[in-house]
Amino acid sequence: MTNNNLTDLPVAVTSVIGVSQYLQIATFDVENSYAYNTLAATENANSLFWDDAVAQELTSGRILPPTTLSLWMRPHYWEPGAEGEQVALQVHFDLKKIFELPEAVMTDNTIIFYEPVRAGDRISNSQVLKSVSGPKTTKLGSGRFWVIDVEFKNQHGALVGIESYTGFGYRRDQEGAAS
Amino acid sequence: MTAEARLLLGQVAVGQSLPELAIDVTPTTVVLGALASRDWRPMHHDYKFATERNGVADIFLNTPNQAAWFERYVTDWAGPRARLGRMKFRMKTSVFPGHRMVFTAIVTAVSTDSAGCGWVSIDVALSVGAAEADPSSYVVASTCEVRLALPDSSTDNPWSRSGEQWVP
Repeated sequence: MTNNNLTDLPVAVTSVIGVSQYLQIATFDVENSYAYNTLAATENANSLFWDDAVAQELTSGRILPPTTLSLWMRPHYWEPGAEGEQVALQVHFDLKKIFELPEAVMTDNTIIFYEPVRAGDRISNSQVLKSVSGPKTTKLGSGRFWVIDVEFKNQHGALVGIESYTGFGYRRDQEGAAS
Repeated sequence: MTAEARLLLGQVAVGQSLPELAIDVTPTTVVLGALASRDWRPMHHDYKFATERNGVADIFLNTPNQAAWFERYVTDWAGPRARLGRMKFRMKTSVFPGHRMVFTAIVTAVSTDSAGCGWVSIDVALSVGAAEADPSSYVVASTCEVRLALPDSSTDNPWSRSGEQWVP
């Protein structure tokens, strides 16, 4: 996946590989209602998330399901003063724009879990572009793969998790430029 | 209720299979999962966008929700004392409404790290096909390598670990 020939990449890309970007602090606190949404969506009956006695015994109180990690940094769909679509993984959308690739999918995702996330926490994160491939063609179309790491911390500066995404930005071959 | 140690490290062996889990996917499954993870992108709730813009068959399950399904699957088996350390998953094809999702898994490693934490590695496969189709025709939509901490005794609690004692 790593690009072995950086010379075919624009400076706008090579200059940010390995650089921490878009330090953001969530605009809202972690709350248990989102845990219930996720648990309901996946029919997850884990008593750690439903039973106060279990949560007190194991984690000294309620924690959020670990795989909710990314949702705390996802922007509201709309909020006063915001212009345009609010997106969570800005580096991914930057790359789509730079390479003029209108479509994209995520193909690989690694999540490493550290300190549990608790109601009332305020999460922050930053994004690091790790690599960009040369041009590739898949059944979806022609484009490039890229790897982006996102590091999440709580309000105390403790690491709560790291997510690594592999995305494929592409243009559908049969239609040329999809608008 | 107390937090029973449903599964201890010593009860797990390499090659052991996890119980299968089958879920019929509906549009609600996809939309509920996307909104629960605050993923507002239209390919997870807008059929016309998904089919005409993305060129796929239907709206499809989003990445964070797939992660949540994998979490549910392995902790169903291991119990509340089990603690996720790491998940690495690869999506090969999308999960659409009308699919039946079938989760299967096998234990690939059992170990104890230098901090004394017990770990199991599990390879999970998420296979999909039409609900009415022969399951043998199902294809693997996603795979997930899970590193899961398990208690080594009824009093051990992986959740109590932090700092140098937690190496996921």
